[in-house]
Amino acid sequence: MSDGEAASEIVATGTDVIRFPATTPLRLDSGAEIRGLEIAYSTYGRLNADKSNAILVCHALTMDQHAASTHPVTGKPGWWAQVIGPGQPLDTDRYFIICANVVGGCQGTTGPSSPDPATGQPYGLKFPVVTIPDMVRAQAMLLDALGVETLFAVIGGSMGGMQVLQWAADYPERLFSAICIAAAARHSAQNIAFHEVGRQAIMADPDWRAGEYAWQGVRPEKGLAVARMAAHITYLSEAALQRKFGRELQRDGLSWGFDADFQVESYLRYQGAAFVDRFDANSYLYITRAMDYFDLAAARGGNLAETFRAARDVRFCVFSFTSDWLYPTSESRQIVRALNAAGARASFVEIESDKGHDAFLLDEPVMHSALAGFVASAAQARGLE
Amino acid sequence: MTLVRQDFREILRLVRPGARVLDVGCGEGELLELLWREKGVDGRGLEISAEGVSACLARGLAVVQGDADDDLDYFPARAFDYAVLSQTLPQVRQPRHVLSELLRIAERAVVSLPNFAHWRVRFDLLGAGRMPITRALPTPWWATGNIHLCTLRDFTELCDDLDLRIEACAALADGKPARPIDPKQAVENWRAESAIFLLSRATPDASAGPKVAKQDLFS
Repeated sequence: MSDGEAASEIVATGTDVIRFPATTPLRLDSGAEIRGLEIAYSTYGRLNADKSNAILVCHALTMDQHAASTHPVTGKPGWWAQVIGPGQPLDTDRYFIICANVVGGCQGTTGPSSPDPATGQPYGLKFPVVTIPDMVRAQAMLLDALGVETLFAVIGGSMGGMQVLQWAADYPERLFSAICIAAAARHSAQNIAFHEVGRQAIMADPDWRAGEYAWQGVRPEKGLAVARMAAHITYLSEAALQRKFGRELQRDGLSWGFDADFQVESYLRYQGAAFVDRFDANSYLYITRAMDYFDLAAARGGNLAETFRAARDVRFCVFSFTSDWLYPTSESRQIVRALNAAGARASFVEIESDKGHDAFLLDEPVMHSALAGFVASAAQARGLE
Repeated sequence: MTLVRQDFREILRLVRPGARVLDVGCGEGELLELLWREKGVDGRGLEISAEGVSACLARGLAVVQGDADDDLDYFPARAFDYAVLSQTLPQVRQPRHVLSELLRIAERAVVSLPNFAHWRVRFDLLGAGRMPITRALPTPWWATGNIHLCTLRDFTELCDDLDLRIEACAALADGKPARPIDPKQAVENWRAESAIFLLSRATPDASAGPKVAKQDLFS
């Protein structure tokens, strides 16, 4: 690392796309399968000799595998650069960190913008509906291919946290510890409702073309931007919005029209516009659908404790944030109570923050120190140097 | 040396090696760490503050942010060998429910609490006509978290009422070793500043662990 680089910028030790042969399809919950699955992933740090130091980082809805390295499209630092790196809670000098783009995504893993092997055209809406368990199954295939049998930890926030819970339900024997941040064991009516607003905004854009925009040379940028704007509000708290913008105006005086008079309007428009450069509208539909379908305990008759029964030897740590109204503390508490009922070794902290759901991506010293403490003590228990 | 430290020493003496222990109101995890280090105890904690939980995580302890009133209900029956409630019972909203829950989820409960009938407390009230401030009750009335203070007599009556057996009891006093007492004796209700109880269900089930003689508990 040269002196000119920011200390948090670390170089990925690997960034690759793995392609599975058609004979090894990804079998989906819907009954469909994806042949010739490709998974794009990044790794940081080195796998140790007995392959016991691997950490899988699961990303949220609009994130990707560039967790700790510069994003190739935006040029911005990785979305979790403050958590992953030398000396950080996920210390790249000690652990081998893997982050893969989810199935259905748009940063290199097979998704609706990938070519359908049957036609050679992008899948569009012919792409099968995927679920959180499907994403996790694809990650397990990746780990198999990388020769990583067990994970020292699986960690993620928001949709990443849902994947963490799914890992615990589906592959408890492959986990030593699991860290679930700002998530829920199922999507609430309110969660689904906000996602539906986003999807309708995309589908109402004339350039969406029933999902076939990719091969008609257009993009539903306006719809996707509105979806992002609506979603972005849910990631912040009222207090954070008020502190950041209040009723501040862009210019002196009102425009007496519908320009972005208020700074908060301008900010949201910018968020929307920047998002369409790096995200695919159909991927947004598919991934929000996967989240809406998420109901971890449904497979066990709604009994969440039963779902975690086989994971009672896994060390769990659950985090929530006081001002997160998208995945509020009550949801995390339900997870923790189920873990306790299952006899699992669970820890839980509600972090005091006014930054809303997005707090998990931001500089939250209490969370980072609690996370560092949990990971370090788990490493000691695992016998990692 | 404080009353709390005295508490810990008694609890440490009393807990079987390798036992499963839930510390309700575990603070920064001093007791759980002590139990783990000295007795190889598989400890869990319940703590109300994020800072406390965070400190516990750094010590490698498994601790859930929550409180006795709301979170005990979610633990399965007999999940622990011991549940510890150290100087916390007067601070819960429903002491009766909490006590009952402790002995549902654990085979035994270790409960310590200040005695509001200690002679110093009585004299403060009788003589000065003020809410007492003593070593066991060091906080002024307007700042204390204690909302359900009781006397040894009150507590032993509650135990009888809940069909709990007092396996052992010791008086705690600052700077002095714990003194085994019969908490039902009127004189102890005057003398004990604070007391620690080992409780179990009066009708133990077959899964109860090995019996331990009283003198081994508070010697």
